[in-house]
Amino acid sequence: MPTTFPSDASSRPATSDQPLLTPIKRRSFFMYAGATAGATALVLAGCSKSDSSPGTTDVGSGDFGVLNYAYALEQLEAAFYAQVLAGSYFTNLPAGSAEKQIFTDLALHEKIHADFLKTALGTNAIKALTPDFSSITFSDRLSVLNAAQAFEDLGVQAYNGAGRYITSADYLTLAGKIVSVEARHAALIRDLISYNSFVGPVTGATVTSNAVIDPSLTSATARMEQSKSPTVVLATANMFLAPGSKLTANSFM
Amino acid sequence: MDFFQILSDIEKVDADVYARFDTRRRVFKHMGGLGKKITAATLPAVLSTMFTKAYGQTTALPQIIVDTLNLALSLEYLEFYFYSQGVTSGLFTGNDLNAITIIRDDEQGHINALKGVLQSAAIADPTALAYDYTAGGNLTPFASPAMFLATSQGFVDTGVRAYKGGAVNLMGNKDILTAALNIHSVEARHSSHIRSMRRGYSTGVANTNGTTIAGLDGGGAGDALPKSWLSLQENGGPKPTKTVANTAGPAGGPLTAAVYAAGTDATKYPADDNVMQSTVNVQSNTTPPTGLTVTAAAASEAFDEPLDAAAVKAIARNFITALGVSKGLFS
Repeated sequence: MPTTFPSDASSRPATSDQPLLTPIKRRSFFMYAGATAGATALVLAGCSKSDSSPGTTDVGSGDFGVLNYAYALEQLEAAFYAQVLAGSYFTNLPAGSAEKQIFTDLALHEKIHADFLKTALGTNAIKALTPDFSSITFSDRLSVLNAAQAFEDLGVQAYNGAGRYITSADYLTLAGKIVSVEARHAALIRDLISYNSFVGPVTGATVTSNAVIDPSLTSATARMEQSKSPTVVLATANMFLAPGSKLTANSFM
Repeated sequence: MDFFQILSDIEKVDADVYARFDTRRRVFKHMGGLGKKITAATLPAVLSTMFTKAYGQTTALPQIIVDTLNLALSLEYLEFYFYSQGVTSGLFTGNDLNAITIIRDDEQGHINALKGVLQSAAIADPTALAYDYTAGGNLTPFASPAMFLATSQGFVDTGVRAYKGGAVNLMGNKDILTAALNIHSVEARHSSHIRSMRRGYSTGVANTNGTTIAGLDGGGAGDALPKSWLSLQENGGPKPTKTVANTAGPAGGPLTAAVYAAGTDATKYPADDNVMQSTVNVQSNTTPPTGLTVTAAAASEAFDEPLDAAAVKAIARNFITALGVSKGLFS
Protein backbone atom coordinates (compact mmCIF):
# COMPACT_ATOMS: atom_id res chain seq x y z
CA MET A 1 0.00 0.00 0.00
CA PRO A 2 1.67 3.24 -1.10
CA THR A 3 1.33 5.68 1.73
CA THR A 4 4.08 8.11 0.77
CA PHE A 5 2.00 9.84 -1.85
CA PRO A 6 0.46 12.95 -0.33
CA SER A 7 -3.09 11.94 0.37
CA ASP A 8 -4.36 15.48 0.27
CA ALA A 9 -2.93 16.04 -3.17
CA SER A 10 -5.11 17.92 -5.59
CA SER A 11 -5.05 14.88 -7.76
CA ARG A 12 -8.14 15.05 -9.89
CA PRO A 13 -7.74 13.85 -13.44
CA ALA A 14 -7.27 16.60 -15.97
CA THR A 15 -10.54 15.80 -17.69
CA SER A 16 -13.59 13.88 -16.64
CA ASP A 17 -13.14 11.60 -19.61
CA GLN A 18 -9.77 10.43 -18.44
CA PRO A 19 -9.86 6.75 -17.53
CA LEU A 20 -10.21 6.06 -13.86
CA LEU A 21 -7.08 3.95 -13.87
CA THR A 22 -4.76 6.67 -15.10
CA PRO A 23 -3.37 8.28 -11.96
CA ILE A 24 -1.28 11.38 -12.43
CA LYS A 25 2.38 10.44 -12.57
CA ARG A 26 4.19 11.30 -9.41
CA ARG A 27 6.75 13.48 -11.14
CA SER A 28 4.21 15.43 -13.15
CA PHE A 29 2.16 15.88 -10.02
CA PHE A 30 4.99 17.63 -8.26
CA MET A 31 5.61 19.83 -11.27
CA TYR A 32 1.98 20.75 -11.23
CA ALA A 33 1.99 21.30 -7.51
CA GLY A 34 5.01 23.57 -7.67
CA ALA A 35 3.62 25.68 -10.48
CA THR A 36 0.32 26.23 -8.79
CA ALA A 37 1.24 26.29 -5.13
CA GLY A 38 0.53 29.99 -4.90
CA ALA A 39 -2.80 29.74 -6.63
CA THR A 40 -3.82 26.83 -4.45
CA ALA A 41 -2.99 28.79 -1.35
CA LEU A 42 -5.23 31.58 -2.60
CA VAL A 43 -8.11 29.27 -3.36
CA LEU A 44 -7.91 27.77 0.06
CA ALA A 45 -7.55 31.13 1.77
CA GLY A 46 -11.21 31.17 2.65
CA CYS A 47 -11.16 27.74 4.21
CA SER A 48 -10.00 26.88 7.66
CA LYS A 49 -7.90 24.09 6.28
CA SER A 50 -5.31 22.98 8.71
CA ASP A 51 -2.70 20.31 8.39
CA SER A 52 -3.85 16.90 9.46
CA SER A 53 -3.34 16.21 13.12
CA PRO A 54 -0.61 13.70 13.86
CA GLY A 55 -1.86 10.18 13.32
CA THR A 56 -4.85 11.18 11.23
CA THR A 57 -5.31 10.58 7.53
CA ASP A 58 -6.94 13.21 5.38
CA VAL A 59 -8.97 11.82 2.47
CA GLY A 60 -7.62 14.55 0.19
CA SER A 61 -9.30 16.93 -2.19
CA GLY A 62 -11.07 16.86 -5.52
CA ASP A 63 -12.70 13.79 -6.98
CA PHE A 64 -9.97 11.52 -5.65
CA GLY A 65 -10.68 12.94 -2.22
CA VAL A 66 -14.32 11.93 -2.53
CA LEU A 67 -13.37 8.49 -3.81
CA ASN A 68 -10.91 8.07 -0.93
CA TYR A 69 -13.65 9.09 1.46
CA ALA A 70 -15.80 6.34 -0.05
CA TYR A 71 -12.85 3.92 0.03
CA ALA A 72 -12.34 4.60 3.73
CA LEU A 73 -15.97 3.84 4.55
CA GLU A 74 -15.99 0.73 2.36
CA GLN A 75 -12.82 -0.48 4.11
CA LEU A 76 -14.59 -0.05 7.41
CA GLU A 77 -17.67 -1.96 6.23
CA ALA A 78 -15.64 -4.75 4.62
CA ALA A 79 -13.58 -5.21 7.77
CA PHE A 80 -16.72 -5.25 9.88
CA TYR A 81 -18.48 -7.95 7.85
CA ALA A 82 -15.30 -10.04 7.67
CA GLN A 83 -15.30 -10.02 11.44
CA VAL A 84 -19.02 -10.82 11.53
CA LEU A 85 -18.35 -13.93 9.45
CA ALA A 86 -15.73 -15.04 11.96
CA GLY A 87 -17.94 -14.40 14.99
CA SER A 88 -20.10 -16.93 16.77
CA TYR A 89 -23.38 -15.17 15.96
CA PHE A 90 -22.77 -15.92 12.29
CA THR A 91 -21.06 -19.28 12.64
CA ASN A 92 -23.94 -20.57 14.75
CA LEU A 93 -26.55 -19.67 12.13
CA PRO A 94 -28.13 -22.72 10.50
CA ALA A 95 -26.90 -23.50 7.00
CA GLY A 96 -29.35 -22.14 4.46
CA SER A 97 -30.84 -19.60 6.84
CA ALA A 98 -31.73 -16.22 5.43
CA GLU A 99 -29.46 -14.34 7.82
CA LYS A 100 -26.51 -16.53 6.87
CA GLN A 101 -27.12 -15.75 3.21
CA ILE A 102 -27.66 -12.06 3.93
CA PHE A 103 -24.43 -11.54 5.85
CA THR A 104 -22.50 -13.59 3.30
CA ASP A 105 -23.81 -11.31 0.57
CA LEU A 106 -23.07 -8.16 2.56
CA ALA A 107 -19.50 -9.29 3.26
CA LEU A 108 -18.98 -9.93 -0.43
CA HIS A 109 -20.57 -6.69 -1.61
CA GLU A 110 -18.55 -4.48 0.71
CA LYS A 111 -15.27 -6.24 -0.09
CA ILE A 112 -16.07 -5.83 -3.78
CA HIS A 113 -16.65 -2.09 -3.22
CA ALA A 114 -13.47 -1.63 -1.19
CA ASP A 115 -11.24 -3.54 -3.59
CA PHE A 116 -12.76 -1.74 -6.56
CA LEU A 117 -12.09 1.70 -5.10
CA LYS A 118 -8.56 0.68 -4.11
CA THR A 119 -7.81 -0.44 -7.65
CA ALA A 120 -9.50 2.57 -9.17
CA LEU A 121 -7.55 5.00 -7.01
CA GLY A 122 -4.22 3.28 -7.63
CA THR A 123 -1.37 5.25 -6.11
CA ASN A 124 -3.82 7.94 -5.01
CA ALA A 125 -5.46 5.60 -2.50
CA ILE A 126 -5.18 6.27 1.19
CA LYS A 127 -3.55 3.63 3.36
CA ALA A 128 -5.22 0.50 4.66
CA LEU A 129 -7.09 1.53 7.80
CA THR A 130 -7.03 -0.33 11.09
CA PRO A 131 -10.54 -0.70 12.54
CA ASP A 132 -11.49 -0.77 16.18
CA PHE A 133 -14.63 -2.86 16.67
CA SER A 134 -14.14 -3.31 20.42
CA SER A 135 -17.59 -1.79 21.03
CA ILE A 136 -19.28 -4.58 19.04
CA THR A 137 -20.08 -8.02 20.43
CA PHE A 138 -19.72 -10.39 17.51
CA SER A 139 -21.37 -13.24 19.37
CA ASP A 140 -24.55 -11.24 19.86
CA ARG A 141 -27.14 -10.95 17.09
CA LEU A 142 -28.51 -7.58 18.09
CA SER A 143 -25.08 -6.05 18.62
CA VAL A 144 -24.07 -7.18 15.13
CA LEU A 145 -27.33 -5.97 13.56
CA ASN A 146 -27.18 -2.60 15.28
CA ALA A 147 -23.63 -2.05 14.11
CA ALA A 148 -24.55 -3.17 10.59
CA GLN A 149 -27.44 -0.71 10.57
CA ALA A 150 -25.18 2.09 11.73
CA PHE A 151 -22.61 1.35 9.02
CA GLU A 152 -25.16 0.95 6.22
CA ASP A 153 -27.16 4.06 7.07
CA LEU A 154 -23.91 5.98 7.46
CA GLY A 155 -22.77 4.79 4.05
CA VAL A 156 -25.95 6.01 2.38
CA GLN A 157 -25.83 9.35 4.16
CA ALA A 158 -22.15 9.73 3.26
CA TYR A 159 -22.48 8.99 -0.46
CA ASN A 160 -25.55 11.22 -0.76
CA GLY A 161 -23.81 14.05 1.06
CA ALA A 162 -20.62 13.76 -0.99
CA GLY A 163 -22.27 13.72 -4.41
CA ARG A 164 -22.14 17.51 -4.62
CA TYR A 165 -18.34 17.48 -4.38
CA ILE A 166 -17.86 15.20 -7.39
CA THR A 167 -16.93 16.98 -10.62
CA SER A 168 -16.70 14.00 -12.97
CA ALA A 169 -19.97 12.62 -14.35
CA ASP A 170 -18.45 9.15 -14.50
CA TYR A 171 -17.50 9.21 -10.83
CA LEU A 172 -20.92 10.53 -9.85
CA THR A 173 -22.55 7.62 -11.67
CA LEU A 174 -20.18 5.17 -10.00
CA ALA A 175 -21.07 6.57 -6.60
CA GLY A 176 -24.75 6.26 -7.54
CA LYS A 177 -24.26 2.63 -8.50
CA ILE A 178 -22.90 1.88 -5.05
CA VAL A 179 -25.14 4.02 -2.86
CA SER A 180 -28.40 2.36 -3.91
CA VAL A 181 -26.91 -1.02 -2.98
CA GLU A 182 -25.98 0.41 0.42
CA ALA A 183 -29.57 1.63 0.74
CA ARG A 184 -30.88 -1.85 -0.07
CA HIS A 185 -28.61 -3.25 2.63
CA ALA A 186 -29.67 -0.61 5.13
CA ALA A 187 -33.38 -1.23 4.56
CA LEU A 188 -33.04 -4.99 4.99
CA ILE A 189 -30.92 -4.72 8.13
CA ARG A 190 -33.44 -2.25 9.53
CA ASP A 191 -36.25 -4.67 8.71
CA LEU A 192 -34.37 -7.47 10.46
CA ILE A 193 -34.11 -5.38 13.62
CA SER A 194 -37.59 -3.90 13.49
CA TYR A 195 -39.85 -4.95 10.66
CA ASN A 196 -41.10 -2.07 8.47
CA SER A 197 -38.41 0.35 9.65
CA PHE A 198 -36.85 0.48 6.16
CA VAL A 199 -37.09 4.30 6.19
CA GLY A 200 -37.89 4.49 9.87
CA PRO A 201 -38.15 4.03 12.76
CA VAL A 202 -41.94 3.98 12.39
CA THR A 203 -45.00 3.73 14.58
CA GLY A 204 -47.53 1.90 12.46
CA ALA A 205 -47.50 3.84 9.20
CA THR A 206 -46.13 6.99 10.82
CA VAL A 207 -42.48 7.76 10.24
CA THR A 208 -41.03 9.13 13.44
CA SER A 209 -38.85 12.18 13.83
CA ASN A 210 -35.66 10.17 14.28
CA ALA A 211 -36.13 8.38 10.95
CA VAL A 212 -33.50 8.24 8.23
CA ILE A 213 -35.83 10.32 6.06
CA ASP A 214 -37.38 13.71 6.66
CA PRO A 215 -40.84 12.64 7.92
CA SER A 216 -42.52 15.81 6.62
CA LEU A 217 -44.82 15.46 3.61
CA THR A 218 -44.49 19.08 2.59
CA SER A 219 -41.04 20.38 3.41
CA ALA A 220 -38.39 21.12 0.78
CA THR A 221 -36.78 17.81 1.73
CA ALA A 222 -40.03 15.89 2.19
CA ARG A 223 -39.48 12.14 2.66
CA MET A 224 -35.90 12.42 1.45
CA GLU A 225 -32.91 10.66 2.94
CA GLN A 226 -31.24 12.93 5.46
CA SER A 227 -27.74 12.90 4.05
CA LYS A 228 -24.76 13.96 6.13
CA SER A 229 -21.66 16.03 5.50
CA PRO A 230 -18.24 14.36 5.57
CA THR A 231 -17.44 16.03 8.88
CA VAL A 232 -20.48 14.49 10.56
CA VAL A 233 -19.97 11.11 8.92
CA LEU A 234 -16.32 10.90 9.93
CA ALA A 235 -17.11 11.75 13.54
CA THR A 236 -19.07 8.49 13.61
CA ALA A 237 -16.65 6.51 11.45
CA ASN A 238 -13.71 7.52 13.63
CA MET A 239 -15.34 5.81 16.60
CA PHE A 240 -14.67 2.54 14.78
CA LEU A 241 -11.13 3.34 13.69
CA ALA A 242 -7.99 2.69 15.72
CA PRO A 243 -5.63 5.48 16.78
CA GLY A 244 -3.43 6.18 13.79
CA SER A 245 -6.27 5.46 11.36
CA LYS A 246 -8.60 8.35 12.26
CA LEU A 247 -9.85 10.31 9.26
CA THR A 248 -10.35 13.92 8.32
CA ALA A 249 -11.87 15.48 5.21
CA ASN A 250 -10.51 18.99 5.46
CA SER A 251 -11.32 19.88 1.87
CA PHE A 252 -14.99 19.02 2.19
CA MET A 253 -16.05 21.23 5.06
CA MET B 1 -17.05 45.68 5.41
CA ASP B 2 -14.79 45.78 2.37
CA PHE B 3 -17.03 45.12 -0.60
CA PHE B 4 -14.22 44.80 -3.09
CA GLN B 5 -12.42 42.34 -0.85
CA ILE B 6 -15.60 40.30 -0.66
CA LEU B 7 -15.93 40.24 -4.42
CA SER B 8 -12.28 39.34 -4.73
CA ASP B 9 -12.68 36.52 -2.24
CA ILE B 10 -15.72 35.19 -4.05
CA GLU B 11 -13.86 35.30 -7.33
CA LYS B 12 -11.34 32.87 -5.90
CA VAL B 13 -13.98 30.20 -5.58
CA ASP B 14 -16.38 31.37 -8.28
CA ALA B 15 -14.60 32.71 -11.31
CA ASP B 16 -17.93 33.73 -12.78
CA VAL B 17 -18.91 36.07 -10.00
CA TYR B 18 -18.53 39.19 -12.09
CA ALA B 19 -20.49 37.69 -14.95
CA ARG B 20 -23.24 36.85 -12.49
CA PHE B 21 -23.47 40.46 -11.48
CA ASP B 22 -23.38 41.49 -15.14
CA THR B 23 -19.87 42.52 -16.03
CA ARG B 24 -16.98 43.56 -13.93
CA ARG B 25 -16.99 47.03 -15.36
CA ARG B 26 -20.65 47.57 -14.75
CA VAL B 27 -20.40 46.31 -11.20
CA PHE B 28 -17.80 48.90 -10.46
CA LYS B 29 -19.72 51.57 -12.31
CA HIS B 30 -22.79 50.63 -10.39
CA MET B 31 -20.92 50.85 -7.13
CA GLY B 32 -19.36 54.13 -8.12
CA GLY B 33 -22.71 55.69 -8.89
CA LEU B 34 -24.11 54.52 -5.63
CA GLY B 35 -21.06 55.49 -3.68
CA LYS B 36 -22.41 58.65 -2.23
CA LYS B 37 -25.64 57.08 -1.14
CA ILE B 38 -24.17 54.01 0.45
CA THR B 39 -23.52 54.27 4.12
CA ALA B 40 -22.29 51.67 6.52
CA ALA B 41 -25.88 51.07 7.50
CA THR B 42 -27.27 50.58 3.99
CA LEU B 43 -24.40 48.61 2.48
CA PRO B 44 -25.59 45.23 3.72
CA ALA B 45 -29.02 45.76 2.18
CA VAL B 46 -27.52 46.82 -1.13
CA LEU B 47 -25.28 43.77 -1.13
CA SER B 48 -28.13 41.50 -0.22
CA THR B 49 -30.12 42.68 -3.22
CA MET B 50 -27.18 42.28 -5.54
CA PHE B 51 -26.36 38.80 -4.34
CA THR B 52 -29.95 37.70 -4.58
CA LYS B 53 -30.01 38.82 -8.18
CA ALA B 54 -26.68 37.15 -8.89
CA TYR B 55 -27.24 33.84 -7.17
CA GLY B 56 -30.97 33.54 -6.54
CA GLN B 57 -33.25 31.57 -8.80
CA THR B 58 -34.49 34.52 -10.73
CA THR B 59 -33.72 32.80 -14.00
CA ALA B 60 -35.33 29.65 -15.32
CA LEU B 61 -33.77 26.30 -14.53
CA PRO B 62 -31.76 24.80 -17.38
CA GLN B 63 -33.94 22.68 -19.68
CA ILE B 64 -31.96 19.52 -18.94
CA ILE B 65 -32.76 19.88 -15.24
CA VAL B 66 -36.44 20.61 -15.94
CA ASP B 67 -36.71 17.58 -18.23
CA THR B 68 -34.93 15.26 -15.81
CA LEU B 69 -37.00 16.34 -12.81
CA ASN B 70 -40.26 16.21 -14.74
CA LEU B 71 -39.54 12.64 -15.80
CA ALA B 72 -38.86 11.88 -12.14
CA LEU B 73 -42.10 13.62 -11.21
CA SER B 74 -44.04 11.59 -13.79
CA LEU B 75 -42.66 8.39 -12.28
CA GLU B 76 -43.44 9.57 -8.76
CA TYR B 77 -47.05 10.23 -9.77
CA LEU B 78 -47.21 6.79 -11.39
CA GLU B 79 -46.03 5.22 -8.15
CA PHE B 80 -48.09 7.45 -5.88
CA TYR B 81 -51.40 6.57 -7.54
CA PHE B 82 -50.41 2.92 -7.67
CA TYR B 83 -49.70 2.74 -3.94
CA SER B 84 -52.76 4.89 -3.20
CA GLN B 85 -54.92 2.24 -4.85
CA GLY B 86 -52.92 -0.42 -3.02
CA VAL B 87 -53.79 1.19 0.30
CA THR B 88 -57.52 1.32 -0.45
CA SER B 89 -57.68 -2.00 -2.33
CA GLY B 90 -58.21 -4.13 0.75
CA LEU B 91 -55.35 -6.37 -0.35
CA PHE B 92 -53.23 -5.55 2.65
CA THR B 93 -53.60 -5.50 6.40
CA GLY B 94 -51.34 -5.00 9.39
CA ASN B 95 -47.65 -4.52 8.75
CA ASP B 96 -48.15 -4.86 5.02
CA LEU B 97 -50.75 -2.11 4.87
CA ASN B 98 -48.44 0.06 6.95
CA ALA B 99 -45.56 -0.56 4.53
CA ILE B 100 -47.64 0.31 1.47
CA THR B 101 -48.92 3.41 3.26
CA ILE B 102 -45.39 4.52 4.18
CA ILE B 103 -44.25 4.11 0.59
CA ARG B 104 -47.30 6.00 -0.73
CA ASP B 105 -46.55 8.84 1.66
CA ASP B 106 -42.90 8.87 0.64
CA GLU B 107 -43.94 9.29 -2.99
CA GLN B 108 -46.30 12.09 -1.98
CA GLY B 109 -43.43 13.84 -0.22
CA HIS B 110 -41.19 13.41 -3.25
CA ILE B 111 -43.89 14.87 -5.49
CA ASN B 112 -44.23 17.90 -3.25
CA ALA B 113 -40.48 18.40 -3.04
CA LEU B 114 -39.99 18.09 -6.80
CA LYS B 115 -42.84 20.53 -7.44
CA GLY B 116 -41.15 22.91 -5.02
CA VAL B 117 -37.96 22.83 -7.07
CA LEU B 118 -39.64 23.02 -10.47
CA GLN B 119 -42.22 25.64 -9.50
CA SER B 120 -44.07 26.72 -12.65
CA ALA B 121 -41.99 24.36 -14.78
CA ALA B 122 -43.53 21.31 -13.09
CA ILE B 123 -45.89 19.18 -15.13
CA ALA B 124 -49.52 19.37 -14.02
CA ASP B 125 -50.75 16.53 -11.84
CA PRO B 126 -51.69 13.90 -14.46
CA THR B 127 -54.25 12.43 -12.02
CA ALA B 128 -54.86 8.72 -11.47
CA LEU B 129 -56.87 8.55 -14.68
CA ALA B 130 -53.69 9.03 -16.70
CA TYR B 131 -52.26 5.73 -15.52
CA ASP B 132 -53.30 2.22 -16.49
CA TYR B 133 -51.80 -0.32 -14.12
CA THR B 134 -53.24 -3.22 -16.08
CA ALA B 135 -50.98 -2.27 -18.99
CA GLY B 136 -53.80 -2.48 -21.49
CA GLY B 137 -55.62 -5.30 -19.73
CA ASN B 138 -52.60 -7.57 -19.55
CA LEU B 139 -51.95 -7.31 -15.81
CA THR B 140 -54.10 -7.74 -12.73
CA PRO B 141 -52.08 -5.94 -10.07
CA PHE B 142 -55.03 -5.58 -7.73
CA ALA B 143 -56.07 -9.23 -7.96
CA SER B 144 -53.74 -10.39 -5.20
CA PRO B 145 -51.04 -9.07 -2.88
CA ALA B 146 -48.44 -11.08 -4.80
CA MET B 147 -49.52 -9.54 -8.11
CA PHE B 148 -49.46 -6.07 -6.61
CA LEU B 149 -45.98 -6.53 -5.19
CA ALA B 150 -44.59 -8.04 -8.38
CA THR B 151 -45.86 -5.03 -10.33
CA SER B 152 -44.56 -2.71 -7.65
CA GLN B 153 -41.07 -4.17 -7.88
CA GLY B 154 -40.99 -3.40 -11.59
CA PHE B 155 -41.95 0.22 -10.94
CA VAL B 156 -39.58 0.85 -8.08
CA ASP B 157 -36.58 -0.79 -9.73
CA THR B 158 -37.24 1.29 -12.84
CA GLY B 159 -37.37 4.36 -10.63
CA VAL B 160 -34.05 3.61 -8.95
CA ARG B 161 -32.37 3.15 -12.31
CA ALA B 162 -34.01 6.31 -13.67
CA TYR B 163 -32.77 8.53 -10.82
CA LYS B 164 -29.31 7.01 -11.15
CA GLY B 165 -29.25 7.72 -14.87
CA GLY B 166 -30.60 11.23 -14.42
CA ALA B 167 -28.20 12.34 -11.69
CA VAL B 168 -25.49 13.49 -14.08
CA ASN B 169 -27.99 15.88 -15.70
CA LEU B 170 -28.31 17.71 -12.38
CA MET B 171 -24.63 18.37 -11.72
CA GLY B 172 -25.01 22.02 -12.63
CA ASN B 173 -27.05 22.63 -9.49
CA LYS B 174 -25.57 20.97 -6.43
CA ASP B 175 -28.62 21.45 -4.21
CA ILE B 176 -30.96 19.90 -6.76
CA LEU B 177 -28.47 17.08 -7.31
CA THR B 178 -28.36 16.41 -3.58
CA ALA B 179 -32.15 16.38 -3.39
CA ALA B 180 -32.36 13.86 -6.23
CA LEU B 181 -29.74 11.66 -4.58
CA ASN B 182 -31.70 11.82 -1.36
CA ILE B 183 -34.81 10.59 -3.20
CA HIS B 184 -32.84 7.95 -5.11
CA SER B 185 -31.70 6.15 -1.96
CA VAL B 186 -35.22 6.16 -0.52
CA GLU B 187 -36.49 4.47 -3.68
CA ALA B 188 -33.77 1.85 -3.24
CA ARG B 189 -34.94 1.30 0.34
CA HIS B 190 -38.46 0.78 -1.03
CA SER B 191 -37.19 -1.76 -3.53
CA SER B 192 -35.41 -3.64 -0.76
CA HIS B 193 -38.57 -3.78 1.33
CA ILE B 194 -40.90 -4.72 -1.54
CA ARG B 195 -38.53 -7.59 -2.31
CA SER B 196 -38.61 -8.70 1.32
CA MET B 197 -42.40 -8.64 1.18
CA ARG B 198 -42.37 -10.70 -2.00
CA ARG B 199 -40.23 -13.36 -0.38
CA GLY B 200 -42.91 -13.68 2.25
CA TYR B 201 -45.83 -13.76 -0.15
CA SER B 202 -44.15 -16.14 -2.54
CA THR B 203 -44.56 -18.85 0.04
CA GLY B 204 -48.16 -17.92 0.55
CA VAL B 205 -47.47 -16.76 4.07
CA ALA B 206 -48.95 -13.46 5.15
CA ASN B 207 -45.87 -11.37 5.37
CA THR B 208 -44.72 -10.28 8.72
CA ASN B 209 -41.46 -12.12 8.36
CA GLY B 210 -40.31 -11.77 4.79
CA THR B 211 -36.81 -11.19 6.03
CA THR B 212 -36.48 -14.45 7.87
CA ILE B 213 -37.63 -17.02 5.35
CA ALA B 214 -35.01 -18.94 3.45
CA GLY B 215 -35.94 -17.35 0.16
CA LEU B 216 -32.57 -15.78 -0.29
CA ASP B 217 -30.77 -19.06 -0.47
CA GLY B 218 -31.22 -19.65 -4.15
CA GLY B 219 -27.88 -18.58 -5.48
CA GLY B 220 -29.23 -15.36 -6.92
CA ALA B 221 -31.23 -14.47 -9.99
CA GLY B 222 -34.55 -15.21 -8.36
CA ASP B 223 -37.59 -13.80 -10.07
CA ALA B 224 -40.16 -15.11 -7.62
CA LEU B 225 -37.85 -15.13 -4.60
CA PRO B 226 -35.80 -12.01 -5.15
CA LYS B 227 -32.96 -10.92 -2.97
CA SER B 228 -33.25 -7.40 -1.61
CA TRP B 229 -30.56 -6.42 -4.12
CA LEU B 230 -30.48 -6.93 -7.87
CA SER B 231 -28.80 -10.20 -8.78
CA LEU B 232 -27.65 -10.62 -12.38
CA GLN B 233 -30.69 -9.76 -14.54
CA GLU B 234 -33.11 -11.10 -11.95
CA ASN B 235 -34.04 -13.96 -14.25
CA GLY B 236 -36.20 -11.50 -16.17
CA GLY B 237 -37.69 -9.84 -13.12
CA PRO B 238 -40.92 -10.56 -11.28
CA LYS B 239 -42.98 -11.13 -14.44
CA PRO B 240 -46.28 -10.13 -12.84
CA THR B 241 -48.07 -11.68 -15.77
CA LYS B 242 -47.32 -15.15 -14.50
CA THR B 243 -44.89 -16.14 -11.80
CA VAL B 244 -44.05 -19.30 -9.95
CA ALA B 245 -46.02 -18.00 -7.03
CA ASN B 246 -48.90 -16.75 -9.14
CA THR B 247 -49.68 -19.36 -11.72
CA ALA B 248 -53.19 -17.95 -11.94
CA GLY B 249 -51.86 -14.71 -13.37
CA PRO B 250 -52.73 -13.69 -16.90
CA ALA B 251 -50.38 -14.54 -19.69
CA GLY B 252 -48.94 -11.99 -22.07
CA GLY B 253 -48.55 -8.33 -21.48
CA PRO B 254 -45.30 -6.54 -20.87
CA LEU B 255 -42.70 -8.59 -19.12
CA THR B 256 -40.26 -7.07 -16.70
CA ALA B 257 -37.05 -8.05 -18.45
CA ALA B 258 -36.54 -4.51 -19.73
CA VAL B 259 -36.34 -3.23 -16.16
CA TYR B 260 -33.09 -5.16 -15.69
CA ALA B 261 -31.76 -5.06 -19.25
CA ALA B 262 -29.34 -2.65 -20.89
CA GLY B 263 -30.44 0.84 -21.76
CA THR B 264 -30.30 2.58 -25.12
CA ASP B 265 -26.52 2.78 -24.95
CA ALA B 266 -25.35 -0.49 -23.42
CA THR B 267 -21.93 0.96 -22.65
CA LYS B 268 -23.25 3.77 -20.52
CA TYR B 269 -26.34 1.92 -19.29
CA PRO B 270 -25.39 -1.75 -19.03
CA ALA B 271 -27.73 -4.51 -17.96
CA ASP B 272 -27.87 -5.29 -14.26
CA ASP B 273 -25.63 -8.34 -14.60
CA ASN B 274 -22.72 -6.04 -15.46
CA VAL B 275 -19.44 -6.75 -13.64
CA MET B 276 -17.24 -4.19 -15.43
CA GLN B 277 -17.06 -0.98 -13.41
CA SER B 278 -15.00 1.70 -15.12
CA THR B 279 -12.15 -0.44 -16.46
CA VAL B 280 -12.21 -2.87 -13.54
CA ASN B 281 -13.69 -6.36 -13.62
CA VAL B 282 -15.01 -6.30 -10.08
CA GLN B 283 -15.39 -10.07 -9.96
CA SER B 284 -11.76 -10.90 -10.69
CA ASN B 285 -10.48 -7.75 -8.95
CA THR B 286 -11.81 -8.76 -5.55
CA THR B 287 -9.97 -10.74 -2.92
CA PRO B 288 -12.94 -12.45 -1.27
CA PRO B 289 -13.47 -12.73 2.47
CA THR B 290 -12.09 -15.93 3.96
CA GLY B 291 -13.94 -18.99 2.77
CA LEU B 292 -16.05 -17.19 0.16
CA THR B 293 -15.97 -16.97 -3.61
CA VAL B 294 -16.80 -13.88 -5.64
CA THR B 295 -19.44 -15.12 -8.07
CA ALA B 296 -20.67 -13.16 -11.06
CA ALA B 297 -23.94 -12.82 -9.17
CA ALA B 298 -22.22 -11.22 -6.17
CA ALA B 299 -20.21 -8.92 -8.44
CA SER B 300 -23.40 -7.79 -10.19
CA GLU B 301 -25.25 -7.33 -6.90
CA ALA B 302 -22.64 -4.93 -5.54
CA PHE B 303 -23.45 -2.32 -8.20
CA ASP B 304 -26.83 -1.11 -9.43
CA GLU B 305 -26.88 0.12 -13.00
CA PRO B 306 -28.38 3.36 -14.35
CA LEU B 307 -30.98 3.58 -17.11
CA ASP B 308 -31.38 6.37 -19.66
CA ALA B 309 -34.49 8.47 -20.04
CA ALA B 310 -35.56 6.92 -23.34
CA ALA B 311 -35.45 3.38 -21.94
CA VAL B 312 -37.28 4.47 -18.79
CA LYS B 313 -40.01 6.12 -20.83
CA ALA B 314 -40.40 3.05 -23.03
CA ILE B 315 -41.11 0.96 -19.93
CA ALA B 316 -43.43 3.54 -18.38
CA ARG B 317 -45.46 4.07 -21.56
CA ASN B 318 -46.96 0.62 -21.00
CA PHE B 319 -48.78 2.07 -18.02
CA ILE B 320 -50.57 5.17 -19.33
CA THR B 321 -54.08 5.65 -20.63
CA ALA B 322 -55.20 7.63 -23.65
CA LEU B 323 -55.51 10.55 -21.27
CA GLY B 324 -51.89 10.05 -20.22
CA VAL B 325 -50.88 10.00 -23.87
CA SER B 326 -52.77 13.22 -24.50
CA LYS B 327 -50.94 14.81 -21.60
CA GLY B 328 -47.64 13.82 -23.18
CA LEU B 329 -46.61 11.54 -20.32
CA PHE B 330 -43.33 9.75 -21.00
CA SER B 331 -43.25 11.06 -24.57
